[in-house]
Amino acid sequence: MSTGQITPEVITAHQLSTAEYQKILSLLGREPSLTELGIFSVMWSEHCSYKSTRVHLKKLPTESAHVLQGPGENAGIIDIGDGIAIAFKIESHNHPSFIEPFQGAATGVGGILRDIFTMGARPIAVMDSIRFGRLDDPATGARNRRILEGVVSGIAHYGNCFGVPTVGGECVFEKSYQGNPLVNVFALGVFKHNEVFYGKATGVGNPVIYVGAKTGRDGIHGASMASAEFTEESKQKRPNVQVGDPFMEKLLLEACLEAMKTGAIVGIQDMGAAGLTSSTCEMGSRAGTGVEIDLAQVPQREVGMTPYEMMLSESQERMLLVATKGREHEVFTVFKKWGLDATQIGVVTDDGMLRVKHHGIVFAEIPNRALADEAPRYNRPFSKPLRTAPETGQRLRSTNLTADLKALLSSGDLCSKRWIWEQYDYQVRTNTIAGPGAEAAIVRIKGTNTSVAMALDGNGRYCALDPREGTKLIVAECCRNLSTAGALPIATTNNLNFGNPERPEIMAQIVESIEGLAEACQFFEVPVTGGNVSLYNETLGTPIFPTPVVGIVGTLPTELPMPLKFPKPGLSIILLGGLGAPELAEMGGTQYVKVVQDSLWGTPPKLDMAHEKRVQTTVRELVRAKAVSSAHDLGEGGLAVALAECSFGGVGADIRLDSALPHEMLLFHEGPSRILVTTDKPENVLSAAQRNNVQATVIGVTLELRVTIRNRNEILIDSAVEDLKGPWTQALEHLLHNPVLV
Amino acid sequence: MKIGIVVFPGSNCDHDAWYAVSENLHQQAELVWHDSSSLGNLDAVILPGGFAYGDYLRCGAIAKFSPVMSAVKRFAAEGGLVLGVCNGFQVLTECGLLPGALVRNANLKFACRPVELEVATGNSPFTHEAKKGQRVTIPIAHGEGCYIADERVLDQLEADDRIALRYIDNPNGSMRNIAAVLSEQRNVMGLMPHPERVADPLMGGTDGLIILQSLVHAGAAASRS
Repeated sequence: MSTGQITPEVITAHQLSTAEYQKILSLLGREPSLTELGIFSVMWSEHCSYKSTRVHLKKLPTESAHVLQGPGENAGIIDIGDGIAIAFKIESHNHPSFIEPFQGAATGVGGILRDIFTMGARPIAVMDSIRFGRLDDPATGARNRRILEGVVSGIAHYGNCFGVPTVGGECVFEKSYQGNPLVNVFALGVFKHNEVFYGKATGVGNPVIYVGAKTGRDGIHGASMASAEFTEESKQKRPNVQVGDPFMEKLLLEACLEAMKTGAIVGIQDMGAAGLTSSTCEMGSRAGTGVEIDLAQVPQREVGMTPYEMMLSESQERMLLVATKGREHEVFTVFKKWGLDATQIGVVTDDGMLRVKHHGIVFAEIPNRALADEAPRYNRPFSKPLRTAPETGQRLRSTNLTADLKALLSSGDLCSKRWIWEQYDYQVRTNTIAGPGAEAAIVRIKGTNTSVAMALDGNGRYCALDPREGTKLIVAECCRNLSTAGALPIATTNNLNFGNPERPEIMAQIVESIEGLAEACQFFEVPVTGGNVSLYNETLGTPIFPTPVVGIVGTLPTELPMPLKFPKPGLSIILLGGLGAPELAEMGGTQYVKVVQDSLWGTPPKLDMAHEKRVQTTVRELVRAKAVSSAHDLGEGGLAVALAECSFGGVGADIRLDSALPHEMLLFHEGPSRILVTTDKPENVLSAAQRNNVQATVIGVTLELRVTIRNRNEILIDSAVEDLKGPWTQALEHLLHNPVLV
Repeated sequence: MKIGIVVFPGSNCDHDAWYAVSENLHQQAELVWHDSSSLGNLDAVILPGGFAYGDYLRCGAIAKFSPVMSAVKRFAAEGGLVLGVCNGFQVLTECGLLPGALVRNANLKFACRPVELEVATGNSPFTHEAKKGQRVTIPIAHGEGCYIADERVLDQLEADDRIALRYIDNPNGSMRNIAAVLSEQRNVMGLMPHPERVADPLMGGTDGLIILQSLVHAGAAASRS
């Protein structure tokens, strides 16, 4: 089998270290063939093996009474009652989206949807977390705008055609992402407890069946590309990006769910990264079996493909399944109905080997466990987290707070993202009770009285200042979003986007962030059921901000959603959690400092998790009891931005504060654990807060058309609602089409 | 009242229409697979939204040749009620059951949002429960919803009172703000907005019921006569 083609150059080109190659030699007891080397390189890539993070990911809490399936499968599964379960996960497509934004983002959506329906769940919601360089950057703005437009239309193209609503997400612009945008896609599906399928090749002698699109040369080595830094040569990797076909995926969804109902399928897995390779060896490894395939049987789109190319192809919209021997025809009938290829390409064996044959010749013969479970694990050295931001910054010296507020509202991060989310079908399947722009997205589960709420959040700025505290703040924020919508947070998925883990100061960011995630998820009782790690997010040696993105799901009774906006004049406005007492350093990571000073310094806001939890319990109680008329949490931009957002339904506020804080801090600090509610019975809200040991203050009343904020009789902000809403509404389109280059 | 909902492989609003008919209107709903050459015993047919056969070529261009559309054409020729929503509207124009065509939105982007509409005629099985001039809010979700036809056809549609709904604030560049048109016999209607998405108060509105209930009552009356 060995052909002596394996030179040190070939090993390096496969991004395998000398030590890793030695490990391959000892696992095989011989020199690998080129096909085998390719298979190892993909399975042992960072993308597939999590080799740099696995030792730390073990620190995450993964269990609770709700968790039916934790990490390690295609997606996590949570029980939501009534015999119903949800599967959800997040995945990144950062590198492909930079090289080819439209297809990169589109196939990112396709990949995560397959992770969900391969488990038997029908996808009912998608959210996206996307990050780009600044749209108004003189040097890179044009490219950043092109990437944003491409990514958004790619997501729309795939999700809209497939028929899954894109119900929320976040979009951030930061210089740090200009050479390395982030595209993280979250998907959630629903099924009954008895409809769950796993990626296991059980039953020796059972047929291994290939279904879906034909195999082509696209995407070869995508997983290894996703595990490397960007260089000037990256552009040459464009053919590594796959092309998505959402209609094919829709057919695959319906056919798979229908075939599962026959009872003839024993295991199924999508062909994601490294397609045929990962699906065969992982299904075999999980079941402790072997898988033998004959590549001549694989449906092919191109002629003359080598075994190496077929095993490494990342052609989209393909699945591998194992059926009960003798019942294959039941599966074939369903796939034929949907007009899809379904072909037996192999058989489950008892020898634990992945054996790849082509026209009778064995091209690879590797123990499945060696590929799936014996990947190297590194406890990479870590030092202190990389930090480039200074401890202190310029003084806060505002001359016009109303102008500052308008500048914040029309900044890329805080402005309305309507231009983006109107391109997504956020209603298809008629379950969307709260969609984009809401506190948290809410989809109902038809046939039950339960709805699922979900929130997706990240904050690279906080994490650049302190990855541990920043990550905890993100978890708190997601849980607060859900609680403010009336939902009880129950489980977490996460996408860890970082730079090169071989640099100790980057590895330190990763370790700190994972430990912060573990601590917060433990405290807020939202175990982690899965996720994704994207490393080497660096271009020409410059890493992105450490950017963990957290998706948390929760449940609530199916009802009309609590509004975020002030519903009518004359209501008392109550701030739960208090005005806060931040130190100056805590301003350095805020949107105020980003917009007004264009800088980053200091520390993230302080989080008292016990206090946060009490505030969340209080608001959830109030929202569920309908003791409030609206609820909105304070996030980026602080109190003033939250008040403005609440007024965009046309009803403003007359706010009277009593604080000794500098005005910039009072209005714009981003201290967590604070929520604005309105009510016509303030005494009920105040007593509920008192019962939960939460500070609550009536800070004003709602009124028509104007937002006025006073502190001790000094007017800080005074504006017509329309004058705040106008810039907020138009900013993104303005940035896209008429950027003012500075 | 039994309403058939045609399912092309790429239909994705078929479940939504099914749910609105059975759960919100409490009528019998039946899914009809695209390769059926007969519709069976139905009182009305809905062609739902989606991407019939992927629509990479041109929306509805392949659906036109499907066995089920031959059956739908026969059903319509016999006076059966046919409602095409979004992709269903595109399929109806491709098949020649309705005049005109639907092309890419003027701004070339997919748009999902509630739009305000004016009921332009109450004289149809799909709008008889509304008054002419009444305003309703129903969401759109399409990339190719710009209605075009030549001037002669548009004049004829107006002369025949066959424009059923018009956009108040045109979202896609449709000629003469047309959102829905009727066939000559008035038993076939296509519209770009999605009435099935606002048939349940939980979805933020119920204006879609005006159209769906008109259809149900017209269908019930027809099957009695």
